[in-house]
Formats: sequence, structure tokens, C-alpha cells
Amino acid sequence: MNLFNLFKRGGSAPVARDRLQILLAHERSTRAPSDLLAVLREEILAAVGRHIDIAHAGVSVKMNRGNKVSTLEVDIEIPNGGPVASKRGRKRLLGLPAHRPA
Amino acid sequence: MTKVVVVTSGKGGVGKTTTTASVGAALAQIGQKVVIVDFDVGLRNLDLMMGAERRVVYDLINVIQGVAKLPQALIRDKRIETLALLPASQTRDKDALTEDGVRRVIATLRQMFDWVICDSPAGIERGATLAMRFADAAIIVTNPEVSSVRDSDRIIGILDAKTVKAERGERVDKHLLITRYDQGRAARGEMLTIDDVLEILSTPLLGIVPESEEILRASNLGSPVTLNNPGSSAARAYFDAARRLMGEDIDMTIPTDKVGLFGKLFGRRAA
Repeated sequence: MNLFNLFKRGGSAPVARDRLQILLAHERSTRAPSDLLAVLREEILAAVGRHIDIAHAGVSVKMNRGNKVSTLEVDIEIPNGGPVASKRGRKRLLGLPAHRPA
Repeated sequence: MTKVVVVTSGKGGVGKTTTTASVGAALAQIGQKVVIVDFDVGLRNLDLMMGAERRVVYDLINVIQGVAKLPQALIRDKRIETLALLPASQTRDKDALTEDGVRRVIATLRQMFDWVICDSPAGIERGATLAMRFADAAIIVTNPEVSSVRDSDRIIGILDAKTVKAERGERVDKHLLITRYDQGRAARGEMLTIDDVLEILSTPLLGIVPESEEILRASNLGSPVTLNNPGSSAARAYFDAARRLMGEDIDMTIPTDKVGLFGKLFGRRAA
């Protein structure tokens, strides 16, 4: 039994609350992109699909997180015989600020 | 209209099965037609909580695989006429639980009952995601303790992303049920308070179930606490939660057990 304990407020619950708030703020921000990517994928599919006939499985969206810059990689596969001549899809790398909350 | 409710938590041991049994029984005691469905394939326990472990003949997997018809697998409760149980299988093959099979079973149960209450396994694997897949509403069972709150947060995220309702752009009604709450310890700063948990999870509160010896007694006897001791604090908390689920507006209180002077002097709790 430490003498200091007599003067300290007995509660460990405020510590628990603060730890949870910090942890969950972090976990929510790292978890969000998986949903963000799904939304982006659907919207890209819809936008491109209005002009070019593309398969649902032919669109892939990836995010690579870096320290200063994260990149968003969009890969769209356009089947042969579509209205656009390009055979295998195009790649675009878009610069994004790091740790962007969704 | 029938409501499909998933009882979930992420973390194990927080009271999902107890809650499924107690809320299910409470709704049925109020007069609703209720089926409780055990999704914990391989580790079924809802049958044991309901005292029906010796009456299991067919289970959810048997129905999905066409080995048995749904009415053959349903176990009617002997105490409450409007309550039925669909047990999980003890098979270790979790792949036997298919999305299409679950969809069919739930669609049929919707036609037979007012409430379909799905007891989710712990974790975030297939069994847990299938238990919530077709839900209209969710009861997230949380203990006022860091690991439980964290896992609840994770499960809330999954409810908002991986359910049929979420994928359609609709919302699963989420309700938080805080169990094993000790008001004295929370007041002394030894336990997260209700407000702490609500602030962190920002999900509407369905009820507060106080820590109670009656919960273990009920599970020992295979009888939901709402049936075994309807006047106990835990049972009253579950009755309130059931009524709120039905849309009734009930003041949020933390039920307590009356402790006599003798109990206060000689026992930590009145047993």
C-alpha cells in the first residue's frame, strides 16, 4: 500500500475512458478507407460504365498509404470490342494527402 | 411486421446468449410470437440456457441442407407458448452455414413469428457476419470494460457495412445494451459509467442490466431470468429492454434489488 494512493482519486475508469477515446479515434480512421474504397469503386464503375461497357470485376481500386503521400490506384479493364480501342486498362496514380479521414 | 434482430458484441462472454434468451423470453411473455436462433455453429449453448438441450433433434444446418424441414427443427418452449428455439448444429464444419441457406430460413421464419432473434457467435468471422446479414435491428451487448467497448465499436462498423440493409443504403437500427453494470463501482470511478460508454460508442441505449447473481442461477437452471425470477433486477432490466424494442417509451433506470439490513450486514449481496 503506497502512501500516495491515499491521496490519489481511486478511479481507474477515467484512464479507461481516455485510452478508449484515443484508441478508437485511431482505429476508426484506419478502418474507414476499406469502406471508402468500396464506395469509390462503385462510383467509378457507374461513371465509366455510362460511356464504356465494362465488367464489374474489371475495376480495382487500391490505396497505398505512405508517410507523406498516399496513392490511389485505379485499374479499369476494358474488354476488347468495346467502344474504346484501348485494350488493357490504364493506370492512374493520384496523389492524396496522407491519413485523409474518409 | 416481423423484425429480425441480431444480438452481437464482437467480444465473447459479455452476455449475448443470456440476452438472446432473456429478451426473447420477455417478448414472448408479453405475448409476442418469438423465435430465437442460435448461430454459434459448433459451440451451441442457447439450447442449454433455455433448458432444451435434451430436446434437440434437428438443427439450423440440417434445415439449410434439406435434411429436416423447419417445423421439425423448431423446439416449442414448454413454459411460454409463443416462444420457439432453432438450435445450432454441433458440427465443426462452419462452411455448412451458407448465405443462401440463412436467407431462406430467415425468410420462412419471418412468416411464422413477430420476432426472429439471432444469437451471434463471438468474433467477426462467417458465423457472426451471417447472423447479422439479414437483420433489421441489432442489440450490441457491451460490458463497461475497455476490451468489450472496443470490440463493440468494431461490430458497429461491420453492421454499417456488411448487412443487406447497409448495402441497400438503409440502416440497421442499432441498440446498445450494457450488461454487468455495477452502479456503485461506476460511482466510485472504478468502472466506466453509462455516459462514458454512450459517449464513446454514440449508439442509442436499449437498457442497463445490472450485475446480478440471478443470471448465473437462471443459467444453472436452464430458465431465462425473466421467467425464473421476473422480479429480480436483471429480469426487470430485460423486460424494459424488450418493451423499448417494441417501441414503448420507458424511463431509463437501473433496476436494483432490495437488500435488507441483514443482507447489508452479513452478505455482500442478497442472494
